[in-house]
Amino acid sequence: MFDNRIENVSRRGVLRGLGVTAGLVLAVPVMSRRGMAAYSTGADKMPHGTVNDPKVFVSIAPDGVVTIIAARSEMGTGVRTSLPMIVADEMEANWEMVKVQQAPGDEVKYGNQDTDGSRSTRHFLIPMRQIGASARTMLEAAAAKRWNVPVSEVKAAHHEVIHVGSGQKLGYGDLADDAAAQPVPDVATLRLKDPKDFRYMGKGQIGIVDLHDITTGRAMYGIDTRLPGMKYAVIARPPVTGGKVVSFDPSDALKVSGVEQVIQVQGWPWPSKFQPLGGVAVIARNTGAAIKGRDALKIVWDDGPNASYDSVAYRKELEDASRKPGEVVRNNGDVDSAMKSAAKVIVGEYYLPHLAHASMETPVATAQVADGKAEVWAPVQSPQGTRDDIAKTLGISPENVTVNVTLLGGGFGRKSKCDFVLEAVLLSKAVGAPVKVQWTREDDIHNDFVHTVSAERIEAGLDKSGKVIAWRHRSVAPTIMSTFAAGAKHQAPFELGMGLVDLPFDIPNIRCENPEAAAYTRIGWFRSVSNIPRAFAVQTMVAEIAHATGRDQKEMLLELIGPARIVDIGPTVKDFWDYGEPVGSYPIDAGRLRRVVELVAERGQWGRQVPKGHGLGIAVHRSFVSYIATIVEVAVDGKGKLTIPRVDTAIDCGTFVNPERIQSQVEGAAIMGLSLAKYGEITFKNGRVVQKNFDDFKLARIDEGPMVTNIHIMPNGPDVPPSGAGEPGLPPFAPALCNAIFAATGKRIRSLPIGKQLQSA
Amino acid sequence: MITLVVNGREQHWDGDPSLPLLWFIRDEMGLTGTKFGCGHGFCGSCTVHLEGIAVRSCSTTLAEAAGKRITTIEGLDPAGNHPVQKAWREVNVPQCGYCQSGQIMQASSLIARNPHPSHEEIREAMAGNICRCGCYQRIETAVHLATTGA
Repeated sequence: MFDNRIENVSRRGVLRGLGVTAGLVLAVPVMSRRGMAAYSTGADKMPHGTVNDPKVFVSIAPDGVVTIIAARSEMGTGVRTSLPMIVADEMEANWEMVKVQQAPGDEVKYGNQDTDGSRSTRHFLIPMRQIGASARTMLEAAAAKRWNVPVSEVKAAHHEVIHVGSGQKLGYGDLADDAAAQPVPDVATLRLKDPKDFRYMGKGQIGIVDLHDITTGRAMYGIDTRLPGMKYAVIARPPVTGGKVVSFDPSDALKVSGVEQVIQVQGWPWPSKFQPLGGVAVIARNTGAAIKGRDALKIVWDDGPNASYDSVAYRKELEDASRKPGEVVRNNGDVDSAMKSAAKVIVGEYYLPHLAHASMETPVATAQVADGKAEVWAPVQSPQGTRDDIAKTLGISPENVTVNVTLLGGGFGRKSKCDFVLEAVLLSKAVGAPVKVQWTREDDIHNDFVHTVSAERIEAGLDKSGKVIAWRHRSVAPTIMSTFAAGAKHQAPFELGMGLVDLPFDIPNIRCENPEAAAYTRIGWFRSVSNIPRAFAVQTMVAEIAHATGRDQKEMLLELIGPARIVDIGPTVKDFWDYGEPVGSYPIDAGRLRRVVELVAERGQWGRQVPKGHGLGIAVHRSFVSYIATIVEVAVDGKGKLTIPRVDTAIDCGTFVNPERIQSQVEGAAIMGLSLAKYGEITFKNGRVVQKNFDDFKLARIDEGPMVTNIHIMPNGPDVPPSGAGEPGLPPFAPALCNAIFAATGKRIRSLPIGKQLQSA
Repeated sequence: MITLVVNGREQHWDGDPSLPLLWFIRDEMGLTGTKFGCGHGFCGSCTVHLEGIAVRSCSTTLAEAAGKRITTIEGLDPAGNHPVQKAWREVNVPQCGYCQSGQIMQASSLIARNPHPSHEEIREAMAGNICRCGCYQRIETAVHLATTGA
């Protein structure tokens, strides 16, 4: 199976001592076996696909400690626990004997490492099971050989292999060397565990692997890297995206105690992709001195092409565009005729502003560039992309770049973009020492790859009986593609597929349009991306139609979804993007959508009596090929102050691995949803971001959070392909909240954030 | 020369007295458990104890910390088994975990002054600490658990 070189190397180290990392061992080309799934996923279309080689992911020490590689980035989803847990369960390792080791950026070796798109479990469940089953098979074969008995007479269980006839046992540590000498079994011959025998998968009994370190301050995030001789840097970046330095005077900065150097940082022309914005860096002996030094810099800026970006004017542009026809991106039937024949047309215009990711750990990275090589320690969601970008920026080969992935103090899509790492690399090269670049909160708020801003306009035509016969949805928003290609003005298929063209409603005439929108700042992925505005618009519109026709909102929703069926939108949409998945495995299933609505309605006691001033709202949305419905109970007092007595959310994410972390993701999504609904807004004036810090970019705090959040996970067997859990909780929250506000107060929220809109209610 | 005591050990600083305590602890001493979040006391990520009371180290200068006893997350309990830390693990509170040092220091300060806080008192005392992942429900549960014998 492996050539002798790999075999020999692996005998020395792969399945042995942990002082040697598994990462060092395969210095030769990796003989990766691609994942063979029981169902197909889009994994193999991702760069470098998946790898299911046990020798890459598992090593066993003589003391029995099993080290499992985590190749995906941990930003709070629990992936560093959940994926290794799959391997451990399948190989019959005892979890308390498992160590998890983070892989550096190396996709050829580990498979795709882009930790985004809520993809980790759905793409890696099967490969991780195969890795575990391969390791178990090799341990069993090694024991059978040692005892000279047929392999059919031995069985691995609880970290040892047992000879069934004699009751003899050998621990995994005792078998480590011999197991390493076994050939890796052909994936087609692997026996996966019967799900009824799972010890960890599906149970939710295991704490996250970093729990002890987090609670004692020992967990290592990007900000926590310390290297001998390291310098601390902060950078004054252009106040307007796309601007540049004309001149600067460092003299006052250099007088600040602790400041050592002031250096200009290269910027790239707009649009700059993930390249640094440029500016002037202050290098100091500690971060505090660097910040104080930066405050003393005098810089003359050229504001560049985006200096007139103004959110008030831009909103009007978007709304005007939404009132005129745009590029048709989905068409069923004849919407124009149906609208003309409609007894009633209801129009909803919705607006959702830019948002900042505002992870608690701001962008931060440490780099050491010397002798034609670069090594970085950084909290990145895409370590291989970071590695490639560093190589390009420095003009060296990716083989000379090492990206060590730390824990991420939150990511939400921001840390998929490596501009902050490239800054550290450039500065380390210039200074000739290791450099940590620290972004302050103001830097983060001012220079984010912001969530898009959008106008969503929906017209619904109803016949005399109140049935919706026509639906036109225009979505206008600057595209993420504008960050990569100058002049991109239309949403890309991956944005259109997030809640616009994938509308799962049973309406004979549907048209979705995407008028043009230009971008004047860096637009990027934010947790759940375009699903935020689309779910808000669609689910608010459903409530508006229900109200206009005197119907119960949940009944209206179920009527619009229609009967359980597979919604085939393929012929009506060009380049339909189903979260990168094959539609055969992950169709739009109206039955599953109905069932989460019914589940949340039952468990969340939809229709229950609530006190005066309270209201219930519901919303459902399919995203990241999962189905989620939320009911929010809100209370609004006479001054417009919101409290949230209860939230219920039902999620169908297919077969699942770690329900405890699914629950935590959905609990957290309610808080993030509350933040964006109540406060979330990044605005621009004269090209500059108006907000600065958490005083004016507010986030929900504990005393505003729901009193009770109940999560109801749809029980699914192993035959239902796994789907996303990190992002899908977010989109339905804001519309459910605002629908509840309408029920409580009669005030319809069509524009986010809610801000002061309720103070006049 | 400024002298202060951090986790029971005397420390000296002859640099800028306006340096925030946060950066002294992190960059000069190398105790990285205390986190930077906002730099202005809005988020609580940098919370430490000054004479036993929770303060924001990003907004406390070394001049203000002079002569004082400071405790960071590393010094809260020698084995990391303060009732709040144990409760945090019992409830599996963290998601990304970044803000949790500050949350734990805030909660332990609360409990030291008020051993049996009500839910409202917990919410009020913890409202200065932002968690972007949204672990609030579990934080509240864990603080309550810590006061009832985790």
